[in-house]
Amino acid sequence: MTSQLFLQYLFAGITYGIIYAIVAIGFNIIYNTTGIINFAQGEFVMLGGMIAISLHAILPLPLAIGLAVISTMLIGALIEILFIRWLRSPSVLRMIIITIGLSILIREAALHIWGENVRSLPYFNGNEISSIQLLGANISPQVLWVIGICSIMVMLLSLFFKFTSLGQEMRACAANRLAATLCGISTKNMVTFSFMLSAGIGALAGCVVSPITYTQYDSGTALAIKGFTVAVLGGLGNSLAAVLAGILLGVIESFSISVVPLAFQDAISIGILLIILFVRPHGLFGSREAAGLKEF
Amino acid sequence: MSLLDIKDVKKQFGGLQAVSEVSFAVEKGMIKAVIGPNGAGKTTLFNLISGNLPLTSGAIFFEDKPIHGLQPYQIAQRGISRTFQNIKLFPGMTAVENVMIGRHTRSRAGFLAGMFHLPAARREEREIREKSLALLELLEISQFADVEATSLAFGQQRAVEFARALASEPTILLLDEPAAGLNIYETAEIARLITKIRDQGITVLLVEHDMSLVMDISDEIVVLSFGQKIAEDVPGAIQQNQEVIQIYLGTADA
Amino acid sequence: MKARKFFPILLLLLVLIVVQQLTRLTGTAYYLTQMTMTAYYALLVIGLCLVMGYAGQISLGHAGFFAIGGYTSAVLTTFDLTPLLDKGNSAIGFLTTNGLLAERQSLYGESLLSVNPWLACVAALLLTIIIAFCIGIPVLKLKGHYLAMATLGFGIIIYRVALATEIFGGADGISAVPGFPLLPGIVVSGDFSNRVQNYYIACCLLLLGFLLLQNLIDSRVGRALRAIHGSEEAANAMGVNTARYKLYTFVVSAVFAALAGIFLTHYNGGIGPSEAGIMKSVRYVAIVAIGGMANLWGALTMAAVLNFLSLRGMFGSYDDAVFGVILIIIMLFAPQGLLRRQVWQFFKKSGSDN
Ligand SMILES: Nc1ncnc2c1ncn2[C@@H]1O[C@H](COP(=O)(O)OP(=O)(O)OP(=O)(O)O)[C@@H](O)[C@H]1O
Ligand SMILES: [Mg+2]
Repeated sequence: MTSQLFLQYLFAGITYGIIYAIVAIGFNIIYNTTGIINFAQGEFVMLGGMIAISLHAILPLPLAIGLAVISTMLIGALIEILFIRWLRSPSVLRMIIITIGLSILIREAALHIWGENVRSLPYFNGNEISSIQLLGANISPQVLWVIGICSIMVMLLSLFFKFTSLGQEMRACAANRLAATLCGISTKNMVTFSFMLSAGIGALAGCVVSPITYTQYDSGTALAIKGFTVAVLGGLGNSLAAVLAGILLGVIESFSISVVPLAFQDAISIGILLIILFVRPHGLFGSREAAGLKEF
Repeated sequence: MSLLDIKDVKKQFGGLQAVSEVSFAVEKGMIKAVIGPNGAGKTTLFNLISGNLPLTSGAIFFEDKPIHGLQPYQIAQRGISRTFQNIKLFPGMTAVENVMIGRHTRSRAGFLAGMFHLPAARREEREIREKSLALLELLEISQFADVEATSLAFGQQRAVEFARALASEPTILLLDEPAAGLNIYETAEIARLITKIRDQGITVLLVEHDMSLVMDISDEIVVLSFGQKIAEDVPGAIQQNQEVIQIYLGTADA
Repeated sequence: MKARKFFPILLLLLVLIVVQQLTRLTGTAYYLTQMTMTAYYALLVIGLCLVMGYAGQISLGHAGFFAIGGYTSAVLTTFDLTPLLDKGNSAIGFLTTNGLLAERQSLYGESLLSVNPWLACVAALLLTIIIAFCIGIPVLKLKGHYLAMATLGFGIIIYRVALATEIFGGADGISAVPGFPLLPGIVVSGDFSNRVQNYYIACCLLLLGFLLLQNLIDSRVGRALRAIHGSEEAANAMGVNTARYKLYTFVVSAVFAALAGIFLTHYNGGIGPSEAGIMKSVRYVAIVAIGGMANLWGALTMAAVLNFLSLRGMFGSYDDAVFGVILIIIMLFAPQGLLRRQVWQFFKKSGSDN
């Protein structure tokens, strides 16, 4: 393998990996405030991309993306208010089934609105053949957009959790939900907010990555599985580790292309998921007891 | 050797030593009591014996074979049966069904036998039911056999759990506060029952706060306080033991 | 005791006969095709009901077992072994001399030699049992979200394998699967002339499966399963090997799913990758949930109604959406399921009094 090819694979891996990481962080935010794994997480990414594509027909790109993110956030809030908020200590099984049902509904709605066609946003700069020379490899400028925007997102999130009072309350909630409630933190609104936040970051990721990976009504499922793999790999609830784990998975996938047929790409991450669940269910980086948003 | 041998058993919860280096032995056919103030580590000790919690260190031998590190079901299969301080009956099952679960270790019908309703399985099932009903009879709650167990009154639930533990025909029976929440008549009844099963050859290890019950029926008593064994002796001597009196006065056990 | 258990099943058999007669009288015998398929899907659903309702474990990968059964049987009964025989392969020779291979005619009149459907069926079931054990041992150590994701992952892998492997026919699946001669004159196949016969084959298999599960639930094992569902800790302390019971239950239900897959594949004359899809698995979970989880009768009824409507195309292009909506509504407003136990017990009691 030439070093140029190597770099190309590496960048492809990082691009996908950081998207998985964003999905994983979305899982973690909701998990930390509610203890629920939201099986519809991947659908937020799909929705963000789809809405932006539709809006872009009449609006300039930045505005279309902004509106798409906001609408997805509203959908996230709506889901929480309609389906989650008023349930009293529902069982895990019940929540799994409800969020699976939601993901089906969103997917089917998308199918009926946008059809089965593969769509995509235009490249933010240039087109699919324009490329930038970086360390001797040809990289699409969109790759830099993805990596750039997602890194900024991760940084902003980390600042948010560290320095804003809402972010700190969410961390408290993650550390101990009951204690946070007793301290007068309104967990209800926080849960709504966590749904909005994870819908929002998912949607933005869905927009920036759409020119590269394309968007289809059912692209959420695979993303959800991979995002979950990454979340578990990093230790459920630990978002900083999720970034590392995401890049790890992305790079593994991208290098495996030369050995494993494309059709089995999903199988790789699922295989990793199964192995990690069996061997280290608390994640690669986490200790068994440490959970919660430690560093964000 | 003794029937049950507890050797330097230790259990740590984070920074808390719930049981520290406790050793004692239970001889076959006796009633042995473990007493001590709240939080002394009595229930924890039971959980260690029955395998519900792993030991931090130490060893437990039953019939001269080590049982620490085994799964609870394996320990139950060897003939150690228990009741829980906070009653753990199976919800959604009747009283007699709960007791029938107790006979699980004494029966064998598996998946295929059950599916095909084989004659041997049917015979066994009938026997399980009869024996379980007989136990409910013994505990004078047979009229509740077909009532959902968790909807019974507290004392009756205790009795069902007692019957469930007996149903496995254990070699040793661990009873965690069998008289808690019972009135004096029921307590006297329980005392009579415990002596009766001891007379049938079942060894009993008992945790109980009711001192008169303990002093009446036990052959030997172990006293725990803050996880440590303070004393081990016959009831008469325990009543005279200064340290034990201190502990009980100190905790203002009124 | 015995009569009370058999009475509802006999009643059900009667209903099934009446339904068949009605379709004959009203000239709607074409319904029987979907009813036959429905019965096979229902067989899978009651097996899943055992796992979810009685052992309390979720499985989002049961379509995978259906596919393992169906595909294995399809491959073995369609793969032409004549070239191997001509080359003088001794294993094939052994199979031939022992009557384990079956000869057929291709569409062009060439003679084909493939594995006998009985042998294929046994092989498919054995493979299912092995895979169910291998998957079940690690997976059933997990709980909640992890268990759901792990079984979902298993289902997706099976789907991918079916879709991407040449021998499984890729996106087209496998077609021209021959009939499965159970007894002389009794063949599982989609032949028009066999329609009534196949309706009864499917119904009998379903009722038999139902009876076996009902027996199991009423047995010592079923009692232990209910105990595990109630309190795993206490069940373990009473000497129930909870891990083993969960595993065996999983394997039993995988066998039910595989049987359904094998028979339906022979009936349809083929199988495609969509049978292994996650939406199928989710649908089965939905049906069990609607039926009331720990309720075999509920699962059976709901499996019959919903699968039949779906197969008749009642939900149009909203097929998956309908199951999504049903799932959410049931879980939000009636997590005990529509057909609660009490309702059924009421029926059963009043039935047995007569
Ligand atoms: N699972 C656990 N995790 C952490 N600490 C525990 C656990 N179980 C018990 N403890 C602690 O261990 C100590 C001993 O508890 P234990 O229940 O054994 O006491 P006990 O002697 O049975 O008391 P009581 O008479 O009130 O039943 C207590 O301080 C208790 O809080
Ligand atoms: Mg106690």
